[in-house]
Amino acid sequence: MSLIRTLLVRREAGIAVMIVLFCLAVGAFRPQFLTLDQLRIILLLVPLIMIAAMGQMMVIVARHVDLSIGSTLGFSAMVSGMLYRFDVDWFGFDVPWWTGIPVSIVVGAGLGLVNGLLIQLFRLPAIIVTLGTLSLYRGLTFIISNAKQIDRQWIPSELKGLSQTSPVFGTPWIIFIAFGVALATYLFLMHTRMGRQIYAIGSNPVAAPLRGIKVTQVTLVVFTISGALAGLAGILYASRWGFVNPSNTGSGFEFQVIAAVVIGGVSINGGVGSVLGTVLGVLLLGCVAAALPLLGIPGTSQAAIYGAVILVALVIDRTVRRQGIAGFKRVQP
Amino acid sequence: MSASDLQSAPSAQEAAPPRPAWQVLLIRPETMTLALLVLAVFAGAWLSPFFLDISYILRSFTLYAEFAIVALVLTMVIIAGEIDLSPAANMALSACVFAWLQQAGLPVPAAVAVGLAAGLAMGAFNGLMVIGLQLPSIIVTIGTLTLYRGLAQIIAGDKSIRVPEWFIGVDKIMVLGVPLPVVIFIVLALALGFLLSRTIVGRQIYQIGTNEVAARHAGIRSARIKFGLFLAVGLVSATAGMMTASRLGSVRYDLGLGGELQMVLMAMLGGTYIFGGRGTILGTFLAAWLLVLVSTGMIVANVLPAVQLVVLGILLVVSIIATNFIYSRTQR
Repeated sequence: MSLIRTLLVRREAGIAVMIVLFCLAVGAFRPQFLTLDQLRIILLLVPLIMIAAMGQMMVIVARHVDLSIGSTLGFSAMVSGMLYRFDVDWFGFDVPWWTGIPVSIVVGAGLGLVNGLLIQLFRLPAIIVTLGTLSLYRGLTFIISNAKQIDRQWIPSELKGLSQTSPVFGTPWIIFIAFGVALATYLFLMHTRMGRQIYAIGSNPVAAPLRGIKVTQVTLVVFTISGALAGLAGILYASRWGFVNPSNTGSGFEFQVIAAVVIGGVSINGGVGSVLGTVLGVLLLGCVAAALPLLGIPGTSQAAIYGAVILVALVIDRTVRRQGIAGFKRVQP
Repeated sequence: MSASDLQSAPSAQEAAPPRPAWQVLLIRPETMTLALLVLAVFAGAWLSPFFLDISYILRSFTLYAEFAIVALVLTMVIIAGEIDLSPAANMALSACVFAWLQQAGLPVPAAVAVGLAAGLAMGAFNGLMVIGLQLPSIIVTIGTLTLYRGLAQIIAGDKSIRVPEWFIGVDKIMVLGVPLPVVIFIVLALALGFLLSRTIVGRQIYQIGTNEVAARHAGIRSARIKFGLFLAVGLVSATAGMMTASRLGSVRYDLGLGGELQMVLMAMLGGTYIFGGRGTILGTFLAAWLLVLVSTGMIVANVLPAVQLVVLGILLVVSIIATNFIYSRTQR
């Protein structure tokens, strides 16, 4: 297969073209959209979604779905927020500013593991289980926090600094963290045995155990990673916005993440999807979100756009699976 | 075992004797729902003396009647092997369309008609995506759930729109001492129960959910039936949206937020099998009452709303585990 042909059939190329076309179209009306400043705005919009999208992508590749990540994000952010708020009352000293990072990741991983256990041990559909835990984790967030917000003054300034101070080129740490997670996910999925097994399970869940793949173990790991990354996104939420609210933090987040993943060409039927595609999907979503205020479209229309984007991506996915982009026949997965 | 053994096996074995009727009845998931319902009544009565007041329970039911009505139709969709997570968003959008139009000066009956038509169109859109384009209903309705509620937010903004004075209070209308929404729920349950268990279409819905390929080979028009079910969910959701608007007196884009959880929960608690092919309207009917008793019981007992979220989440997970367990033990 020639290089051009490969490019045409690759999903990632299509998304990249869409990003370029979209930016040019917006730039034609609002020239300030095509500046470096605007690029920074876009990049600052996406880290949380990108981190969670890496976990969600693995889950969807394994032919499951995780609807609870928004609530997982909220709960793990709240645990860390409370740690900062009440550390003197509980332990008698101020915890160092970075404590929240491992705490949130571990808490998130725990919640993800619970999802995985319910799904794998009882053979339940992920969508229903995570719909239940979506509500469950959100309720727990209210309970532990007594329905009170963790205000700005309790979040350590070093933590908030992760989204403001920059090591190079005026690019805050949080963006490097997001791309670091994406790189790690790439290495895990492409260059480890378990990473490849995730694809094998998603492609054919019946054949996977016959090939000696420990499906239970792999599925548990996948959901634990998804939870852990939602937890990481949780502590970065506190860093980015400087507060943790029991009802707002992470609410509706799962739909943005699923939208990004599905645009990125990850097939909802499992077994298909790449880190590069997901990253591009996240960036496309970021471009759309950044263009809305410039075009004078009110922020209230964001949810509708995410929904429409999910549906359009589904239809594209279906068409591409049938005939490839530009009419090139593609092998049926 | 050789080939001849395999061939002779069925004739050599006696058919297993049928289970006694009481056993068949006892291991049905609806029995579990009924037992829980009785338990909830006793627990509630023990918690608060007001709880056994039947008119109090009926009044509380009006708070959940809209979701319960949609859950009845959703049960049929799940039995047919599909799922629809968008009804709650559909309720919000059709109610917003209605409220916005009547505020813009359209006469109320016309606005209601347009709202119902919008609900029907949303159901048709779901059906088109799922049946026409062969996409998985789970993810399609996650998309439309976001889309419909987003559109409602565009139409209504962050403000709440008031509805005319005379339109308010469907839950205050009494028919023989029973609030109208509860009457609608009971009548719809009877009608759908009859449809599902006594008519050809009803039995075909079970066949589609059990094995769609086989059903199609047996000459069942599965696409048409499933599309009809999505249309029905759309229409009923819009009706429920109007009822909610009438009960609350105003409409906001977050009307019925999170309702999909309660609807799915009612179906699951009632023993509907999540993979399709099994379940009854009776189960969902009982589960709706159970959910109302549990929810009002928690309100009477001064349980925080947050704890209620937790309880609902746990109930959902436990009810699917229990239903799956029961069905895996009894191959009907």
